[in-house]
Amino acid sequence: MTGAATTIGPAVSFVGVHKWYGTFHALRNVNLTVARGERIVVCGPSGSGKSTLIRCVNRLEEHQRGSIVVDGVELTPDIERIDDVRREVGMVFQSFNLFPHLTVLENCTLAPIWVRRMPKREAEDLAMRLLTQVKIPEQAAKYPGQLSGGQQQRAAIARALCMTPKIMLFDEPTSALDPEMVKEVLDTMTALAEAGMTMIVVTHEMGFARQVADRVVFMDNGEIVEINAPGPFFDDPQHERTRLFLRQILR
Amino acid sequence: MSDAIAFVRERSEPLDPPPTLAGGAIAWARANLFSSFGSTLTTVAFIALALWLVPPLVRWATIDAVWAAPDGALCRQNQDGACWAFVAAKMDYLRYGSYPIAERWRVDAAEALGAALIVWLLWPTAPKRGWAALLFFVAYPFAAFVLLRGSPRFGLPMVDTILWGGVLVTLLTALVAIVFSLPLGVLLALGRRSRLPVVRLASVLFIEVMRGVPFITVLFMTNTMLPLFVPEAWTPDRLIRPLIGMALFSAAYMAEEVRGGLQLLPRGQYEGAMALGLNYPRMMGLVILPQALTMVIPGIVNNFVGLFMDTTLVSVVGVTDFLEAMNNAFKDPAWSGPTIMATGYVFAGLFYFAFCWGMARYSTHVERRLAAGRGR
Repeated sequence: MTGAATTIGPAVSFVGVHKWYGTFHALRNVNLTVARGERIVVCGPSGSGKSTLIRCVNRLEEHQRGSIVVDGVELTPDIERIDDVRREVGMVFQSFNLFPHLTVLENCTLAPIWVRRMPKREAEDLAMRLLTQVKIPEQAAKYPGQLSGGQQQRAAIARALCMTPKIMLFDEPTSALDPEMVKEVLDTMTALAEAGMTMIVVTHEMGFARQVADRVVFMDNGEIVEINAPGPFFDDPQHERTRLFLRQILR
Repeated sequence: MSDAIAFVRERSEPLDPPPTLAGGAIAWARANLFSSFGSTLTTVAFIALALWLVPPLVRWATIDAVWAAPDGALCRQNQDGACWAFVAAKMDYLRYGSYPIAERWRVDAAEALGAALIVWLLWPTAPKRGWAALLFFVAYPFAAFVLLRGSPRFGLPMVDTILWGGVLVTLLTALVAIVFSLPLGVLLALGRRSRLPVVRLASVLFIEVMRGVPFITVLFMTNTMLPLFVPEAWTPDRLIRPLIGMALFSAAYMAEEVRGGLQLLPRGQYEGAMALGLNYPRMMGLVILPQALTMVIPGIVNNFVGLFMDTTLVSVVGVTDFLEAMNNAFKDPAWSGPTIMATGYVFAGLFYFAFCWGMARYSTHVERRLAAGRGR
């Protein structure tokens, strides 16, 4: 495996992971190790299991066989342990999932105050710092419904970062955005990657993958088909299904 | 435009204000009341109906009414108008029932305290509403209980609940039922969606049984069956028993309203909360319920209104609520007469309407405020 070798073990490791929805075999024997500080982009056709894969990392989906270890903690049905993992893993969703009844600032301070037991003033300072980092400090007092899609997604990124996570998961963060707003979100993610964050990103933005990813994972039909550094992945894909996918997506 | 295929703008179009629409009452009436033959006909018909019904009613209630009289004699002579003198004469009984006259200030005090706390709690811009909630839900029940029931330690003589009656009992019943049924309903709604089969089954069973029987049945059950199940020393007071029945009954309906709200919330809200590491109680309390309850405010208030009406049914188990007090007042031979009953029921109707309309108006106001606040 490539990536920065650390003495304290990988950020995330999947070993022989299987997942079924009813009788549908959604993940088939997935093996993947994500090193600390590594940026992984997961791509593949729709229904290939890429969203399921990253939703298993913070157990929004349960796997039924194999083991997933996140930041040294194995995911089991133990709810306390799952909450421990979720505290350290931030997630950004395709549909933002901001809380519409709270202001942007309250969205950001909710988890630090209630989960990290941070004093309100301190949480607000932290939230304002991160909202400045994603370039929307002036939107702090507004409700999510008053923001554009790109601003909402950046607010969602700031909200996740307020928990100072060790790992960030992005589940198609730009798929619900109007084209002119995609760039502002990708720029935010690029800046985050440059700061050394461990990231697993499901996306169709191949430009972003080429620029930011350490490795690109291609999935199809619930299994990992090919993993490679972005250069060789895009310029010289090995598997026939990868070549087919790239031909379709890059046109 | 010319028929050229290409077009490049050279100068921006000016930003103009909208064309002035014809204003004023006449334009409004023309647009809304007389826009077509059918609408004109409807407008005229309803004006005629109002002219036919409203003036006699107003005359009955004001000009022809008897406003003051020592007994029913004047009302018996004057049968064209309402007999407000009857309501005035019976007002104390209607408000307090048989509560001892010397102690009635305690009822006034409890009602005034409650009203003040409710206004504080519900006033949108009032300061420190958290304190109001704490005082109202924790301190007020004890204070009101001591005031109304009496406590020798504070020098307040005991007043048996059999003497309580009238508006006091109606407000007490409504308040207790409202305050207990909402949290209970929320718990039942969460129970019905629980992953634990036993919790789910128990919630479903309770809700469906309560919704499947008439309220009167529940009242009789709590009144006669409850004493059989608990030790004699613990048997609840005869006034408490129907209150328990009422709270349980309306909790089942409340649960279904709340469940509707929970089902309207997209899954992403749960996932967003879980991904942040919020545990179940915090996710529900901070993210899910505030949104779900807001969405079903109209349904919840509808339940409150229905509940306020249902308080009249406690009379079947021997509790003298406002309407029952009115019925008792009719039996006074000094005030017998053909206009007495009509007057009494019109007054009772106005009383119930005032409270229910107030609740409905407040909920509309809250909805509008929430909608405006979130820019939707």
